[in-house]
Amino acid sequence: MSCVLELKNISFVYGKGTPFEKRAVDNVSLGIERGELIGVIGHTGSGKSTLMQMLNGLMRPTEGQVFLDGKDIWEKPKKIREVRFKVGMVFQYPEYQLFEETVYKDIAFGAQNMGLAGDELDKAVRDAATFTDLKPALLDKSPFDLSGGEKRRAAIAGVIAMDPEVLVLDEPTAGLDPMGREVLLSQIVNYHKARQNTILLVSHTMEDIARVADRIIVMNKGKLAMFEPTKEVFRRGDELENYGLKVPQITRIMHDLRQKGIDVPEGVLTVDEAFSALLPLLKKEGKLW
Amino acid sequence: MVRDVAFGQYFPTKSVIHRLDPRAKILIFIAYIVIIFCTFNYAALAVTSAFALLFLALSKISPKFYFKSLKVIIFIVIFTSLLNLFYGSGDPLWQWGILSITWNGIHRAIFVTVRIICLILASSCLTFTTSPTELTDAIERLMKPLKVVHFPVHEVAMMMSLALRFVPTLLEETDKIMQAQKARGADLESGGLIKRVKALIPILIPLFVSAFRRAYDVATAMECRCYRGGAGRTRMKQIHMAKRDVFSFIAIALVIGGVIVCNILLTHVI
Repeated sequence: MSCVLELKNISFVYGKGTPFEKRAVDNVSLGIERGELIGVIGHTGSGKSTLMQMLNGLMRPTEGQVFLDGKDIWEKPKKIREVRFKVGMVFQYPEYQLFEETVYKDIAFGAQNMGLAGDELDKAVRDAATFTDLKPALLDKSPFDLSGGEKRRAAIAGVIAMDPEVLVLDEPTAGLDPMGREVLLSQIVNYHKARQNTILLVSHTMEDIARVADRIIVMNKGKLAMFEPTKEVFRRGDELENYGLKVPQITRIMHDLRQKGIDVPEGVLTVDEAFSALLPLLKKEGKLW
Repeated sequence: MVRDVAFGQYFPTKSVIHRLDPRAKILIFIAYIVIIFCTFNYAALAVTSAFALLFLALSKISPKFYFKSLKVIIFIVIFTSLLNLFYGSGDPLWQWGILSITWNGIHRAIFVTVRIICLILASSCLTFTTSPTELTDAIERLMKPLKVVHFPVHEVAMMMSLALRFVPTLLEETDKIMQAQKARGADLESGGLIKRVKALIPILIPLFVSAFRRAYDVATAMECRCYRGGAGRTRMKQIHMAKRDVFSFIAIALVIGGVIVCNILLTHVI
């Protein structure tokens, strides 16, 4: 077992010792293996974002430790920047962090901070732009002249250019149109396949998570509620509903069909799967020509 | 963090001070600042400090928050009182080179310390007990006479309340942008002055961009609701002077009277 990230009993308390004290993350322990694509779900205020920000040292756990490649990231607090290069973090609405004169320079910002220069830097920037499908002509434009979706992809490219071992994406598809979501999600999957790195994807869209995740972290009221393979998590739909979450629509439909006595498999996650499960059934009953 | 500063925050604890007419509070506050600098002996100083303490006690806000607002200015207090300590005239009690301490210097130091503390406590009391909306409302009403000279009173008040409204929003935004740039390896904590100033660029530019975006959004939203400036506008919350306001005016008048009497009857120490 080679865990790239390991959390040991981490907790985070906001405003410790004041009347506003709040336990945002409560005693979470888990291990993430190299090359996994993990989905992170949870109701608003369940501690997802706080948990994610502890993975790259933007927040320091009040209790517990975070291990990256077996080393405690807070062992040398002065070296925390190096951790941030290894664990790339894309925040919600990352387009609001763009600031450079050109898209190219903005994508290069993180990689430059890492100490890359010259050809290496150029390659990192162009690779990142290719992954996020930004045309070379766009790179010389001002980031403020791009469309919403392009801005989003430029901001994500800025983190990808640092070539992190672990990439954390906090709701990368929020506020995009259906087409934009689809495209961005495929780009993330392609990037994952090409680089074989570890990705954590926070999302409120169960369909997205169901499509791409190997395993899912479910957070509820600061605690780790589940950490199971995707099929297993969505099989426990009732439990999810207690946490204010839902299973993907198609899983729900197939589940209901099963309850009505129709013989369809359990734990169907995508429309394609449902299609190939239903087609033979319909043919058998002679309802299709 | 920037957000920990208690100075200027509003605490809705519903005391009699909260219910005072904001106009009365502002007028009393102004009168109080003037009178605190017109105290020339300890009796007068005691009268004015007692008045501040009375207001603090009536405000029902934990002393902890008042201490917090004092903490911000502690260095200014120490600095100015030290300066005054060595600046007195008269026979030196103690001398070292050009530095000398006189009774006059000690008195000056005590006076300036008490005055600054009272000033901060009074202004904290004003902002702790008055919501930003009430405050700007009151300022608008108090500045109304300036309309005669074509001063855009309503517009200025509206700008003030909008600015105040966006302070917490922009603080939150700054926090978010800082986190995002730190995640991209921005180094905000080390290096010399020039390096640190340069490190602020990735934070300031997105912040300005978002401030402008928000300004446009607010302007559009206001126009959608047919905002046309102050002419013919009525208010949801009318402010009225009540008995308690009269009492508070009498109280400040008594303090002013007391200070004048003390100043005339007793010898001046500074």
